[in-house]
Amino acid sequence: MPVCRALCKRLVRWIVVGVAGLVTAGCGSHYVVLHPAGPVAAEELHLIEMAGVAMGVVILFVLVLYAVTVLRFRERGGGPYLPQWNGSRRLEVGLFAVPLIIVAFLAVPTVTQTFALDRLPPGRHHLVIDVTSLDYKWLFFYPRQRIATVNYVDIPAGTPVLFELTADSPMNTFWVPQLGGMEYAMPGRVLPLYLEAGRTGVFTGRSANFSGVGFAHMVFTVDAVPTARFDRWAGSVRRRAPPLTRAGYRGLLAASEAPRETFSGYPSGAFPQSSHGFTLQGGMYVSR
Amino acid sequence: MTHLLAQLFPPSVLRPMELGADASIVIATVAIAAFLTRKRRWGWLWREWLTTVDHKKIGIMYLIAAMLGLFRGGVDALLLRTQLAVPQNTFLGAEHYNEIFTTHGTIMVFFMAMPFIFALFNIAIPLMIGARDVAFPRLNAISFWLFAFAFLLFNMSFVVGGSPNAGWTAYAPLTELRFNPSVGENYYLLALQISGIGTIATGINFLVTILRLRAPGMTLMRMPLFAWSALITSSLIIFAFPALTVALALTMLDRLFGSSFFTIGHAGMPMMYVNLFWIWGHPEVYILVLPAFGIFSEVVATFSGKALFGYPAMVGSMIAISLLSYGVWVHHFFTMGAGAAVNAFFGISTMLIAIPTGVKVFNWIFTMWGGRVRTTCAMLWQLAFIPTFVIGGATGVMLAVVPGDYQFHNSYFLVAHFHNVLIGGVVFGLFSGLYYWWPKMFGYTLNERQGKWAFWFFLIGFWVTFFPQYLLGLEGMTRRIYIYPHGLGWSLPNLVSTGGAYAMGVGFVILVYSIAYSARHKDLDLTGDPWDGRTLEWSMPSPAPEYNFAVLPKVSTRDAWWTMKQAGRTSIRLGEIEPITLPKNTGMPFLLGLSFFVAGLGAVFSWWPVALAGLGGVLALLVWGWFVETGDHVIPAHEVRRSETLPGRLEA
Repeated sequence: MPVCRALCKRLVRWIVVGVAGLVTAGCGSHYVVLHPAGPVAAEELHLIEMAGVAMGVVILFVLVLYAVTVLRFRERGGGPYLPQWNGSRRLEVGLFAVPLIIVAFLAVPTVTQTFALDRLPPGRHHLVIDVTSLDYKWLFFYPRQRIATVNYVDIPAGTPVLFELTADSPMNTFWVPQLGGMEYAMPGRVLPLYLEAGRTGVFTGRSANFSGVGFAHMVFTVDAVPTARFDRWAGSVRRRAPPLTRAGYRGLLAASEAPRETFSGYPSGAFPQSSHGFTLQGGMYVSR
Repeated sequence: MTHLLAQLFPPSVLRPMELGADASIVIATVAIAAFLTRKRRWGWLWREWLTTVDHKKIGIMYLIAAMLGLFRGGVDALLLRTQLAVPQNTFLGAEHYNEIFTTHGTIMVFFMAMPFIFALFNIAIPLMIGARDVAFPRLNAISFWLFAFAFLLFNMSFVVGGSPNAGWTAYAPLTELRFNPSVGENYYLLALQISGIGTIATGINFLVTILRLRAPGMTLMRMPLFAWSALITSSLIIFAFPALTVALALTMLDRLFGSSFFTIGHAGMPMMYVNLFWIWGHPEVYILVLPAFGIFSEVVATFSGKALFGYPAMVGSMIAISLLSYGVWVHHFFTMGAGAAVNAFFGISTMLIAIPTGVKVFNWIFTMWGGRVRTTCAMLWQLAFIPTFVIGGATGVMLAVVPGDYQFHNSYFLVAHFHNVLIGGVVFGLFSGLYYWWPKMFGYTLNERQGKWAFWFFLIGFWVTFFPQYLLGLEGMTRRIYIYPHGLGWSLPNLVSTGGAYAMGVGFVILVYSIAYSARHKDLDLTGDPWDGRTLEWSMPSPAPEYNFAVLPKVSTRDAWWTMKQAGRTSIRLGEIEPITLPKNTGMPFLLGLSFFVAGLGAVFSWWPVALAGLGGVLALLVWGWFVETGDHVIPAHEVRRSETLPGRLEA
């Protein structure tokens, strides 16, 4: 059996090296979910870490119990044979209580953060961006600035941004992992998503919900810049870029991929003014 | 004519891969037909199999279908993984990739896992509860043939008309005609609708069987756990599947008759489809996994030589899971803006499911504690299941933490999670049951040594495939993309994952080889009880005789057969044997399935005369079956005595 043992040893070494290699391959910036660039993503990561640690403890506990049981009570394990031992009230109550406590431990922050992240931080100035997913491109309207972009969006760093999402296409989700989690862009509805860049930088976003042949290419960039630069950029777009006409909008509706584009102004009514359904919270997002 | 040809054979079915499939289908069909003709087996096929109402034979047919489904779904999976092995790969185009991930998911859920579960229900449940057949044997055959023809209809899409391409979830409005004009989605809608009728009938059948046909003395709380899981699963089917029926029917009306239930225009509500789909979809997860829990409960007790630990808690936790399963569907779309209160509710309800599931895991472990654990193949799958499922369940709790889910939704973290529980829970369980009940189906055990090779390839392949996918999720890779660029850190994990998928494929090939090998080199089970079992199916010879029990057993405890063995009451007395009445074979279920197939095919292509002809056939067969066809056949006592003498269990 020494051959077998040597083989096993080598196999274990491969697994260890493989896992370590996978985890560290580009460890750091590639793990976008683990490298938040804003408060929303950071808060979500915080909960992910907490749940991960709690679950890690559970997994470790069960695995140790499992390994001991299997080793001890395998045919040659030498553990006592107790065929009559098939119930223990105290043990079962304990086994019921422990997961209950862990769930309670996770439930409390889950509920509070679910509510907290569902609204804009009160008392701070925020930017509104209206997002429409089209067949295979993203269209961004800035209602206050009256400008529009395709497949990229500039935001001021340090300012909460309210993305209002809709679709003039099958459903997509709007996801910029480093700024925070995703939300659906659905036809006939406007869903709110609050994100914030805590620092300047260029962040990749993409659609995470399959919407057809061009879906894999629905990638956009979010450029977080200092507020002054954002204002200058918006001003120059308003002065220099061509407006998005109705014909231009219809052109964007064609199922195709599109390059980055910039427009000053866009047709009124291109973005729904209200949403039917139960999704908006108390009119907070409609009044702007 | 050219129009018809263009409709039947659009460019999407004229790619080399599809033409290759055409060729192999033709060759296989001709080969099978030639074999049957040469061996004069057509009559045998019709009499013994196509018209059978014997639950054990129906179970075997489900099993064959499930293995075919596993093959097709597995080949799909390997194609997907091959495309994703390296960045910027051009092996499959976007359209092709979309079709293949759609059929992969649909087949694995509806045409692999479901028939595999029904196979084991059919094979084991009547035997475990001491019944001669299911409550409605002909309906059982109808369920099977509806499923089988639906499976055929669905697979036809690959070579005629074009595959569905909107994902196995088929979210509206992507399935709307203006976005999806090909007939592929029609295949999806019709095939699932037809097999869904069969599934609901199966749910009713097993619910009634378990409630009404238990052997004398077998109270509910003396039933084997697998019977409990079948009872609860059946109730879940009856309550959950109608939601899917409605979702599919309304989508079909939208596509075929121009209604606007889920369309973008005319105030349709696409999100209502998502709700209906998951109101069925989440209970469906438990329809798949509870039977596996039942199998594990039987296997762990048998191979530990010990009664199941905490039986009442095991039953209670399954009931709790089934009730909770109706209250968690929104966790499939926390990110659809239902609002914080709704999301918080569904997050908590989802986490609560971890409690009864945790109770079950501990009880399985404590069943082994104080036992004598024999590591047969059936038990190995159980031993692999516990750690795999615990990890999959733990990542499920992470997904239930709502703000975390905003980052995980539709990412590879999610893909890894659900494969972790569906393969680690359901598939491992089904393989365990396959090894466990194989001798009862066929009279010989599967080769253990080969089974262990298959096991290790599949298990290690599984982890090599899906662990990297958790990492990919954290790296921001989303599901269902067919191509990705260099430089995102996705290349290595994807390559490793593809390697693992091929290892699983090798495991599957070994399993199939092992089945063929074991059939040629039979390791006969002459005792009827090869595993030193605890439940009634091991009290009869292997393979189980047509009438199951020569004399219906009398039950006084849980693990009835174990008690009988302990008390030395294992033989049957000659005088007790009486003639046995069983239902006659009938061709009606097969023809009913065929009629549904014709109706479905007509609807797929909107050939209304064909569809109406099919429906007419359905109606005629129902009337005929209801009013005209009747009949039982009687097995005389001397025949029963003769077949019972063979294993030498008969006492004068």
